[in-house]
Amino acid sequence: MTALLEVEDLRVAYGKIEAVKGISFKVEAGQVVTLIGTNGAGKTTTLRTLSGLLKPIGGQVKFEGKPLGSVPAHKIVAMGLAHSPEGRHIFPRMTIEENLLLGAYLRSDSDGITKDVERAYELFPILGERKKQAAGTLSGGEQQMLAMGRALMSRPKLLMLDEPSMGLSPIMMQKIMATIQELKSQGTTILLVEQNAQAALSLADTGHVMETGRVVLSGTGADLLHDESVRKAYLGED
Amino acid sequence: MHELPQQLVNGLLLGSMYGLIAVGYTMVYGIIQLINFAHGEIFMTGGFGALAVYLWLLPEGTTMWLALPLMIVGGIVVSVTIAVAAERFAYRPLRTAPRLAPLITAIGLSLALQQAVWAWFPGGKNSRTFPEIEAGPYHLGSVTIQSGDIFLLAAAPICMAVLAYFVRKTRTGRGMQATAQDPDTAKLMGINTDRIIVIAFALGAAFAAIGAVAYGLKYGQVNFRMGFIIGLKAFTAAVLGGIGNIYGAMIGGLVLGVAEAMATAYMSDIPGMSQLGGQAWADVWAFVLLIVVLLVRPQGLLGERVADRA
Repeated sequence: MTALLEVEDLRVAYGKIEAVKGISFKVEAGQVVTLIGTNGAGKTTTLRTLSGLLKPIGGQVKFEGKPLGSVPAHKIVAMGLAHSPEGRHIFPRMTIEENLLLGAYLRSDSDGITKDVERAYELFPILGERKKQAAGTLSGGEQQMLAMGRALMSRPKLLMLDEPSMGLSPIMMQKIMATIQELKSQGTTILLVEQNAQAALSLADTGHVMETGRVVLSGTGADLLHDESVRKAYLGED
Repeated sequence: MHELPQQLVNGLLLGSMYGLIAVGYTMVYGIIQLINFAHGEIFMTGGFGALAVYLWLLPEGTTMWLALPLMIVGGIVVSVTIAVAAERFAYRPLRTAPRLAPLITAIGLSLALQQAVWAWFPGGKNSRTFPEIEAGPYHLGSVTIQSGDIFLLAAAPICMAVLAYFVRKTRTGRGMQATAQDPDTAKLMGINTDRIIVIAFALGAAFAAIGAVAYGLKYGQVNFRMGFIIGLKAFTAAVLGGIGNIYGAMIGGLVLGVAEAMATAYMSDIPGMSQLGGQAWADVWAFVLLIVVLLVRPQGLLGERVADRA
């Protein structure tokens, strides 16, 4: 039984600067795996490489056993990998509904798409109330919901969420995390990148701590949550 | 001749030709932020493509009603081929280069295309006569539509309706909007942005070719230099309407056309301006309008201030 996603010795560089220096991890189907770490640890770079926006300089990524090495970004989505990017990146001048439909760009089953749009509105009722509104007018938290809903529209086998709680109010953050928990309980496989280690580790099956391009510590979410060095470095305890 | 409705119609017709060509500037700019200065020449080659079909592919004496559709197809084939090749071999390798590199490439390409037509199109060193439509002129009240303008009157609204439908309603059109707003995220949706860019170039070129046929019919000739000033005017129209906005391109074209017609007809009636009216000054007033708009509303008539990228 191979894992859904296998990352082996992945290395990514911006010019001469290596941002990811040989990391390895696996995501099994049905799991929530989180990458935590400070700014500049290479978490976002890792996700952008997995979805094909960046090309690695070394290592291997396999999705369902198939290597992703030279697959262009727009074809990776078709394989079942969806990416909700850091900073949300919704399409500001399009309506909420149009944004969601773009998430289903590669699908042609219009009945299924309609159903999934409804499902996104159930998951995030506020989006349903404002479906004809330009997405750029939404608040940060609402934009985050839209970005997540849009990523789900491709019916991914693996959902990658980059910093879903970034810049959100505590209440909004709780809401987002509760949604991730709900998606998890529905069986969605999630790769979650977060700076908010407490929240991420409490709902993750497995966690990896990244520091300056390397994985320095791995374990179950619960173990890492109680690990002394993690508590000191990322949970603000001393 | 100097009646207002007539001048207004003249201006709208001229402006809709500018608008057809402006679409190509604005779509390409909207997606890859490149001002394709070779677009004027892509327009010009479309005119010669259409003429070539008439001269060498159709039997002599073919009626224009039969010839015109084939000429349009020929013009589109030539323009689109050149535009797509330019994108693939000249612009795409420079996509990550500094802005100036593709801009200079575009200017070089524009000169090369002019010289190619000058050197290799039979009789291309001079203006070549373009066939006429045997119809009209039509009189509607006090307004006369010249036979050379009938094509434009029909083609411009149809083209714009088709374009609006394409961009808003089709899947590829929505992919194009997404690519213009955020290319990386568009890729994450599964949109092949390279393909979208090619489509933008091709659509712009097809519209330019239709504009070139309209030009040929309107002025009765095509020549290797015609893309320069018309290209500048269409670019002005695109900026006027708000570059990146396809409706802006059309509206910018119409505003420019009307302004030009009004200035040509009435400027000399203003006391002290008697020297500054007439066709000779038309281009000057067109660019004066551009300068005024850039001063008062730099984002163009329909443009948005670029601030919504959080």
